[in-house]
Amino acid sequence: MSGGRVTAPTTDHKPARAHRAAFILKKALLSAFVALVLFSLMIGIRTEAGPTGQLIYWTRFSELASLVGAVFIGSIIVELMRQWLGPAPTANLIPPPVQNGLALAGRLIAPALLIFTLLVPVIFYQQRYILDLAILVLTYVMLGWGLNVVVGLAGLLDLGYVAFYAVGAYSYALLATTFGLSFWICLPLAGILASLWGVMLGFPVLRLRGDYLAIVTLAFGEIIRLVIVNWQSLTGGPNGISGIPRPTLFGIPLTPADDGLAARLGIEFDPTHRIVFLFYVILALALITNWVTIRLRRLPIGRAWEALREDEVACRALGINTTTTKLTAFATGALFGGFAGAFFATRQGFISPESFTFQESALVLAIVVLGGMGSQLGVALAALALIGGFELFRGLEQYRMLVFGIAMVLLMIWRPRGLIGHRAPTVYLKRAEAISSDLVKEGHG
Amino acid sequence: MDYFAQQLINGLVLGSIYGLIAIGYTMVYGIVGMINFAHGDIFMIGGFIALISFLVLVSFGLTAVPVILLIVLLVAMAITALYGWTVERIAYRPLRHSFRLAPMLSAIGMSFVLSNFSQVAQGARVKPVPPIITGGYTLHKGAGGFVVQLSNVQIVVVITTVVLLALFTWLVARTRLGRDMRACEQDQTMAALLGVDVDRTISMTFVIGAALAAVAGMMYLLYYGLVDFYMGFVAGIKAFTAAVLGGIGSLPGAMLGGLAIGLIETLWSAYFSVEYKDVAAFSILIVVLIFMPTGLLGRPEVEKV
Repeated sequence: MSGGRVTAPTTDHKPARAHRAAFILKKALLSAFVALVLFSLMIGIRTEAGPTGQLIYWTRFSELASLVGAVFIGSIIVELMRQWLGPAPTANLIPPPVQNGLALAGRLIAPALLIFTLLVPVIFYQQRYILDLAILVLTYVMLGWGLNVVVGLAGLLDLGYVAFYAVGAYSYALLATTFGLSFWICLPLAGILASLWGVMLGFPVLRLRGDYLAIVTLAFGEIIRLVIVNWQSLTGGPNGISGIPRPTLFGIPLTPADDGLAARLGIEFDPTHRIVFLFYVILALALITNWVTIRLRRLPIGRAWEALREDEVACRALGINTTTTKLTAFATGALFGGFAGAFFATRQGFISPESFTFQESALVLAIVVLGGMGSQLGVALAALALIGGFELFRGLEQYRMLVFGIAMVLLMIWRPRGLIGHRAPTVYLKRAEAISSDLVKEGHG
Repeated sequence: MDYFAQQLINGLVLGSIYGLIAIGYTMVYGIVGMINFAHGDIFMIGGFIALISFLVLVSFGLTAVPVILLIVLLVAMAITALYGWTVERIAYRPLRHSFRLAPMLSAIGMSFVLSNFSQVAQGARVKPVPPIITGGYTLHKGAGGFVVQLSNVQIVVVITTVVLLALFTWLVARTRLGRDMRACEQDQTMAALLGVDVDRTISMTFVIGAALAAVAGMMYLLYYGLVDFYMGFVAGIKAFTAAVLGGIGSLPGAMLGGLAIGLIETLWSAYFSVEYKDVAAFSILIVVLIFMPTGLLGRPEVEKV
């Protein structure tokens, strides 16, 4: 790694070039050799339980050879790119007018995106697949914004966010199937229950920091999942809960029945109506999440979250009650997770523990981190990119998670602070230049 | 009582496997200060490599079990160590001085890469192997007809663990590399100034951790007779729990924690419910962190402002 950073001399003559070529070749050969050893058994030999249950194996040397070859060529390409591009100069290259243009575009992108999103059901009314995908993306946008409160604002690394999603989903499913309560009554209940679980998780982890906190939340998420799997009498275990009622428009079902919405409005029934309705429900929920978060950031509690993220010790020294600050962050994040879970349950009509694995938590966390930890727009864009990208690879089935993992590693290396990497505090002096140096000297600045 | 004794034996064997994995976590945490999330999957890869090399050796006509086991052990350790090295090189080294969350997420990504790589490469189904080491001893025949048994596999697992631990302790306490590792743990900048190659030392830490995880993977294969691509996740969290329980950063602590987790899990399954054994292990992690954040043998972390 460090060898590639040496800047090439300006006078480029042959021995230097030959030297460089030899260096690249050596590196590529080394990579290919490492790949050969790594893949020798895992790729070169395929095992499978034979017809009698005895394990049999067969060799796949051609696949092994092509993979090693790919690593060799890939290594050369990466090394050449690194030498041509050199250490990447970033912001300085962009001239100020372009920068201003970009800033303007950045301000316009959020409203433009919102208008486009509002129009999605109109534009894509005929394409059911796109509508479904849009609902999925919005669900993750909402989850991302919810987790953003915990991770992005309060700086508490939560690896078990899916637990609250699961609590919300199961709360709605159980309340609706057992007591016949409607979606609109269950939604706040699911949120409150999830939020209570958030506080329950919050209490024990108050003293923990960083990685410890991460692992405890992960364990918490797994505990919730395992309890759901094993508590068969309540949750149906691995079989899940089916027949979860669909949402109604304030009591009016979206069905072809006589009292359905279509019949009342006197229009022909179309199953897409319900999809469009679901789309606007999740859009509204997501926008509420966004609005609440933005408002909270301007309240003392939001300021306290950001202070906590930046420095817990300083935060405590300033007299901020870190206990309530952390608990409210967990509760708020969990509340939105619970809402999203209830929505998920009503959309699917069926839930099982399989939907609430650690992968889900990691995906939402990846959205938040990729979105720049704290940037609302960034989270939305990251959800769009990740879920959309995920859908692109749907055809690859089992390669999907592999590609996702590789993308996660590469993105972290490329942009450790996310796509929209800013973590600017919301409070700052807008006209810093207006303060003259005299004032600063006198201690007024 | 006999039942308890049997569970005690089973628990200790399981605990040694967890302990071997936990050492990898605790070493990396001690030196780099990050949770190597992919370590559980390195353990899984070790199990797979042991399985494949075992199959190949058997098909070559080797029959002497000790020879096979030794070769499998060495091959699994060597290749898995290279996996550990590669993971550090690709996913962690570029992020070493990045902000706190970056290596953690990169490690989660790497964990997905490894488990799904082996799913793609070797299929999703569980791979069973017939018992390789058979036989055992009957220690005690109870009045109720309950027999306390100590199988040869269990003996092999425990002895291998003890030998490796002795070797490892010697390596950390007496060799140049061990001294470098301890120096890097205390102060990387100072160690670098004194001529310790920090990059190399960190690489070696991952290599050793991965080699020990490979041994754990092989022992798991011998003991349970199966591997699958998903086994790294749960085993990884439990081993991490063990490392935390013992006091992260402390090597004897990791082993002690491993034994404790193994015992708790086995006894819980034996006396309460098998379904909730993982819940028990995870709950213990939470309880330990609340009441004893530094673990059994850990040093309290002093925060400097």
